[in-house]
Amino acid sequence: MGMTVAEKILARASGLPSVKAGDVVEPKVDLAMSHENAALVINQFLEVYQGTNLQPNIWDPSKVSVIFDHRVPAESPKTASNQKKVREFVAAQKVGKFHDIRGDVGGICHQILPENGYVRSGFVVVGTDSHTTSHGALGAFAFGIGATEMASVWALGTVLNVEVPATIKVSIKGKFKKFVGPKDLILYLIGKLTAQGANYKAIEFHGPTIRSMSTSGRLVICNMSVEAGATAGIVPADKETARYLREEAGVKGKVTAVVPDKDAVYEKIIEIDVSKLESQIACPHTVDNVKPVSAVKGTRVQQIVIGSCTNGRLDDLAIAATILKGKKVSQDTRMLVFPASGRIYAQALAKGYIGTFMKAGAVVMNPGCGPCLGIHEGALGDGETALSTTNRNFKGRMGNPNSQVFLCSPAVAAASAVKGVITSPRKGAK
Amino acid sequence: MATVIIKLGDDISTDVIYPGRYMATVLPSETPQYAFADMTDFNNKLKTKQVPAGSVVLGGRNFGCGSSREQAVSTLKGHELVIVAPGFARIFLQNGINLGLRTVVCPMIDASEGDDLEFTEGEILNKTTGRRFPIEPLPKARQAIIDAGGLIAYTRKLLVTKSATA
Repeated sequence: MGMTVAEKILARASGLPSVKAGDVVEPKVDLAMSHENAALVINQFLEVYQGTNLQPNIWDPSKVSVIFDHRVPAESPKTASNQKKVREFVAAQKVGKFHDIRGDVGGICHQILPENGYVRSGFVVVGTDSHTTSHGALGAFAFGIGATEMASVWALGTVLNVEVPATIKVSIKGKFKKFVGPKDLILYLIGKLTAQGANYKAIEFHGPTIRSMSTSGRLVICNMSVEAGATAGIVPADKETARYLREEAGVKGKVTAVVPDKDAVYEKIIEIDVSKLESQIACPHTVDNVKPVSAVKGTRVQQIVIGSCTNGRLDDLAIAATILKGKKVSQDTRMLVFPASGRIYAQALAKGYIGTFMKAGAVVMNPGCGPCLGIHEGALGDGETALSTTNRNFKGRMGNPNSQVFLCSPAVAAASAVKGVITSPRKGAK
Repeated sequence: MATVIIKLGDDISTDVIYPGRYMATVLPSETPQYAFADMTDFNNKLKTKQVPAGSVVLGGRNFGCGSSREQAVSTLKGHELVIVAPGFARIFLQNGINLGLRTVVCPMIDASEGDDLEFTEGEILNKTTGRRFPIEPLPKARQAIIDAGGLIAYTRKLLVTKSATA
């Protein structure tokens, strides 16, 4: 019986000739990522060793990555002290892939891993962040875990007792209309599947639309697969994956691709034609409350947010800059831009996008998770509405339970910034 | 007594259980104060110890969706709450098992605030209505971790065994 990508990766990592959905395995981890919550992982890791006479040493520090992004620069003495504790720990343990708060090599974890070539097709990647699903864009099996689970990974180098997920195959064809793209596609799919429709399952993305999509776009759809509950979202690696790793991530040497068997068994197959797809929007307060933008056009917006691990890459900023060039952000709204990494920030600066945003009246912030989760900047006031290219709109997400968040593509966000109300970027769009 | 102390809807996210702005607080001993911080009345009840240990939070489908933050589990564990829901999001359920938070998957559960529940082998008896609802077993892959009393103890045991045979 053939295997899906998830099954192939888990079989290889578990040292088994084959596995099938429902099997329980203990895969070896190729990359283990944490951000500020490494502070909790360290606490749990040290606790594992308590009462033993063993030295608390990470199983393989070269396979561990720690990236500060959630609260950068620190918003409080508490965060700064936690970051200090993590910094000292990673230095003592010689953690290989540490990215501190820096303008050159810093940024959001889900951009830092791909742009540095840390993730490859066939890898098992775990991260103490639910959006670790992002890395399926490079053909990895990547999933989010809790801090205690990570402490166990640091100690053993494996993830204990993983149930092999069944896979939903999503096959996509058609050419996107102008200003419609990967974000609209994934929002549409989440609306169809619902917030729990892929719980405990993997999603494998196929079809000509995916094959011709850039890695940047694939990162958007894998990033948000978790919003349908998926354990992992996977785009099987191909020529584009190899191109990205070589040209953009500086990877040298052979790049291999794990692809599903022709007779792989899928739980369900979903087919989507994007050629008629309009811009989509997720309405408060769940990510699966998805409608065409036209259904809520004219809604007044006090804050526009463009950036994040979902839509803070160069092509996202390019689209927003194209729409905003020579225009002004409405006086009734404020616009925040936060690129996904220092590298992207520098590229956007060189291409003039940053200047375009500033001239339009947007505030360009440092790379990081920023306002997405309402931790330390860009909080909303009572009764305010945000339109954001981020990935979550749960009640209170942007720091205030008495506010609301809509989720959309960079094109919709930029077009809406100019008008101060939710607006479709395409003239005459329904 | 296992009284349903609050009944919540579907898709209760970890942002609701433990808002992002308290994420700098990480230690399980410090997180309980922020449980459901934006639901002020309920948070106050918990903080002022008006909710007895073993009380039931009745969730809807997909309880604990969203962020992987483990604080969302340690904050509930700190109040010794029992979480009953028709279904849980994967990472939350896994974190619950790892930390020893009592999570009960009960697909058909029907109860109201104030109802008294009794947990028996394989089912929940709603003593207020007299109705019984089957419990779905937790993922079999995780049973060994539950039996060991959580993931820290389980991992410690494995490490010690490994080093003894090395």
